[in-house]
Amino acid sequence: MVATALAEVVTHPAAGAALDIEQVSHAFDIDGAELPVLSDVSISVVSGEFVALLGPSGCGKSTLLRLVAGLDKPRAGRLREDDSRITRPHPSRVVVFQDPTLFPWRSVWDNVALGLEAQGILKSQRQRVDDALDLVGLSSFRNAYPHQLSGGMAQRVALARALVNDPKILILDEPLGKLDSLTRITMQAEIVALWQRKGFTTLLVTHDAEEALVLANRVIVFSDRPARVKADIRVDRPYPRHRGDPYLADLRRQILGLLGLDATW
Amino acid sequence: MSTYSLSDGLASGAPRVSRAPLLTAWVKDSGAGVLASIAWIAFGLSCLWWTDVGDWSRTHSLGIAAFVIAAVALFGTVGADYLGSAGKALHKRAPWLVALGAFLTVWELATAKFAWLPLPFFPPPQAIIEVYTDDLPKLLDSVFASVKLQLGGYLIGATVGFLTGVSIGWSRAVGYWVHPVLRFIGPLPATAWLPIAFFTFPSSWSASTFLIALATGFPVTVLTWSGVASVSNAYYDVARTLGAKPSFLVLKVAIPAALPHVFVGLFMGLGSSFAVLVVAEMIGVKAGLGWYLQWAQGWAAYSNMYAALIVMSLLCSGAITLLFAIRDRLLVWQKGTVKW
Ligand SMILES: Nc1ncnc2c1ncn2[C@@H]1O[C@H](COP(=O)(O)OP(=O)(O)OP(=O)(O)O)[C@@H](O)[C@H]1O
Ligand SMILES: [Mg+2]
Repeated sequence: MVATALAEVVTHPAAGAALDIEQVSHAFDIDGAELPVLSDVSISVVSGEFVALLGPSGCGKSTLLRLVAGLDKPRAGRLREDDSRITRPHPSRVVVFQDPTLFPWRSVWDNVALGLEAQGILKSQRQRVDDALDLVGLSSFRNAYPHQLSGGMAQRVALARALVNDPKILILDEPLGKLDSLTRITMQAEIVALWQRKGFTTLLVTHDAEEALVLANRVIVFSDRPARVKADIRVDRPYPRHRGDPYLADLRRQILGLLGLDATW
Repeated sequence: MSTYSLSDGLASGAPRVSRAPLLTAWVKDSGAGVLASIAWIAFGLSCLWWTDVGDWSRTHSLGIAAFVIAAVALFGTVGADYLGSAGKALHKRAPWLVALGAFLTVWELATAKFAWLPLPFFPPPQAIIEVYTDDLPKLLDSVFASVKLQLGGYLIGATVGFLTGVSIGWSRAVGYWVHPVLRFIGPLPATAWLPIAFFTFPSSWSASTFLIALATGFPVTVLTWSGVASVSNAYYDVARTLGAKPSFLVLKVAIPAALPHVFVGLFMGLGSSFAVLVVAEMIGVKAGLGWYLQWAQGWAAYSNMYAALIVMSLLCSGAITLLFAIRDRLLVWQKGTVKW
């Protein structure tokens, strides 16, 4: 298993970072009671890997992503990017959130430029913003404001805003959840193409087992809350993948079984 | 049979039928402009036809001016096609010109000509024009004094209010200390401070500036604060993951996101500071439009009062227009904002 993962990785330039989630547990306090959300989660992601996280709604996937991003600190356990401990957000780990959350007062171009501006390097690197907009095919909307975009376009801007920073780890929290199926399929292909070209490590949360299987080379299935790693499935198929692939269909049945839906499929 | 007659009618009747629509189209296009012209001719005639019941020196000039306006309205309407945007602007305002002409005619008749309204209290239009021509220097001095006082106080109040609001919204420690003070002092009408302010401050001018700043500062503070406090955490999360430092979060996230609220505060502050300005000028400062009003009342110079009121309303309205223009410039990203 490790060997195939490494074989996959060497085809990429080494632009990604390794991610180690070690025995992480987390909980929230709601009305004085403790709500455990993550329970002893350990995942080790190799540099350049594309890992999909699947699990029931409300099990704690977004919470885990926030910990990886460094937005929150876990109650127990450790997270490491390459060999340094994750304690705060850093532009090498960029999140595309469940909502696009574009800044409504900034034009599309200025939204994409946000990261470079925050790091104080925008002046010398304006070209990167143009390139990122080209990448998601929205150059002609550079001066538009977010309220003038469609939902799918807004999500693409959010993707460009993340990619412009050349992240080592790209964290995607159901970025395609609200799109229509056609845009969704197009965007999936774009994400895979980008990942193959740039070689960053990718963490993708999704509700959709098929999406996970078409995109990722590893699918991790979580249990109900508090989330525990229930299964860690390697997807050894070359890209581009086909939805009708019987191998993937087989895995899909297996995953849906893990999520408790075996009877209907 | 019926289809034949229909096409027949269309072919042969076309020139005959189109005359009536042409007329209605003309009335629709130019009717209001012509009516405006007639209304202003009526106003001019009402000035010149009868003799005044009192002694006013501008009646004749006013009548001539009314005729000039009537002529401009007429030619502007007839020649609208050659005037471009000016013609369009006139066309849009023609109904208002009709109403204004009619109102002035009635006013002229009711005061200067037949004295239906009791006289010193309801001066005719020419009396007010007379104020503008004969008392102009004093009026201008008053306008200048008012604008200076208002502008200074307002800018100080808005700046302090904005900074305070951002600090309370951003920092828990600042909120802890400032919030109770704000709750205690803020709701007090600024005019209640007037007696104290006038003997604690070195000059009545500085006291009034303080009061105007106070009246402006309270709403600006509260709304800026609530604006900053209501910024969604999601924006901060996005900015932080992209490498934003705290200064960036304040300047580039919190403040722009709060700006719509800030402008509501600035608008409310403008309203309450006008009230303070006029009262302060009437009571303490011996200059400005408020003082001019007071002075005019003292001398029973009613035309001067009306003249000053008109100027004052133009200034206040102009200030609000300016504020809205700045807001529209800064908040182009918002959709569906109210046009003033
Ligand atoms: N800031 C918070 N304070 C309190 N409870 C929280 C907070 N954030 C999340 N939770 C709780 O943690 C649990 C997991 O939330 P999380 O957002 O991680 O779920 P998720 O797996 O991403 O679900 P979904 O797939 O529906 O997005 C939920 O029960 C939620 O109520
Ligand atoms: Mg979620």
